[in-house]
Amino acid sequence: MIDGLQRLGRSTLGWLNRLGRATLFLLRLLGALGALVRRPGLIIKQLYSVGVLSLPIIAMSGLFVGMVLGLQGYANLVDFGATSSLGTVVALSLVRELGPVLAALLYAARAGSAVTAEIGLMKATEQLAAMQMMAVDPFARVFAPRFVAGFIAMPLLAGIFTAIGILGGYFVAVYQLGVDSGAFWSQMQAAVGLVDDVINGVVIKSVAFGWVANWIAVFEGYDAIPTSEGISLATTRTVVNTALVVLALDFVLTAIFFGV
Amino acid sequence: MGNFKKLELAVGAFVALGLAAFFMLAMKVSNIAELGEDKGYKITARFENIGGLKVRAPVTLGGVRIGRVAGIDLDMRSYEAVVTLSIEPKYNQLPTDSSASILTSGVLGEQYVGLEPGGMDEYLKNGGSLKLTQSALVLEKLIGRMVTNAVSGEKPPPKTP
Repeated sequence: MIDGLQRLGRSTLGWLNRLGRATLFLLRLLGALGALVRRPGLIIKQLYSVGVLSLPIIAMSGLFVGMVLGLQGYANLVDFGATSSLGTVVALSLVRELGPVLAALLYAARAGSAVTAEIGLMKATEQLAAMQMMAVDPFARVFAPRFVAGFIAMPLLAGIFTAIGILGGYFVAVYQLGVDSGAFWSQMQAAVGLVDDVINGVVIKSVAFGWVANWIAVFEGYDAIPTSEGISLATTRTVVNTALVVLALDFVLTAIFFGV
Repeated sequence: MGNFKKLELAVGAFVALGLAAFFMLAMKVSNIAELGEDKGYKITARFENIGGLKVRAPVTLGGVRIGRVAGIDLDMRSYEAVVTLSIEPKYNQLPTDSSASILTSGVLGEQYVGLEPGGMDEYLKNGGSLKLTQSALVLEKLIGRMVTNAVSGEKPPPKTP
């Protein structure tokens, strides 16, 4: 009993400690952003590895999610003779929730884990220490470019995921299920608001998710125990923590924007 | 350096694709065209009961959408709901004695304002108001009336010769 309490206290303190370190890390990261203005090439290189290389998985997943939404929505709406609102169902669920959330989860698995592993290995092979020896700030040279590139890539990936998903739903609905193409788009346009749904949904959510996903990915790499086991743990933690934080944050944002 | 050029090209294409996706979400998926809709002229209509009518609900005439509900307010003197309708400028020939009623599209559909044109030669202008209105059909009241009818129906009504 006492033991259990003690362990709870220790893990709580450890958790708070990590949160504090992560916050200090973020502040130093933001302080190093100014140096990036002179080296935009660093961001472009990272944008390639976290953005361009994530494109295939994002595009394929978006297509399949959209097509599944089309099929499932149709199967449920056909009972009410309301298949013309299939466009609304597909677009609203993608724009408000599935687009930003699934893109963030895929991003954490595809790009966040790679960033963590890369930084962790840099730490384990003492590349970061070597940089400091040469008076190169690893915050400006390594951490900030990855953070900024991910922060830019995340909303773009979420937008691509959502758009391709809607197109996938459209193809299934119109060419396979025979929903009227005009009704599909017009019902969608009548129900989806630019500010209410697109800005509050996919844009704000993906910006927030991009912030936390990249913060976690870069910090876990920086905070990894510099052994092979430590790096594998850190990579796992990136994916798990990002998934948890993204889903919890999604609930908060949904409650703010869409909770009545 | 040639390698970096290719990289830049790929990143540029990626950013362009992302922006194109947002452009599609804005233009094709959402109703951006109706953001600048406030160009329409405003007319008001007073209802006893608006049921579940919401702001931005469509205003139709003969089934064609000619505007949107721009605002809903309550007149604290007459306790009537004041609904402001924003009508698109190209539909500027609504007779002043047109009537408005709150209808429901389908059984479970949303509520909208349906207009019936009158026969006057004068047309409604910005700030005008509709005099003839019909409130929303509130299902509870309807059922309530049916129940009272059924209860009072047990006694045979007095026959009038």
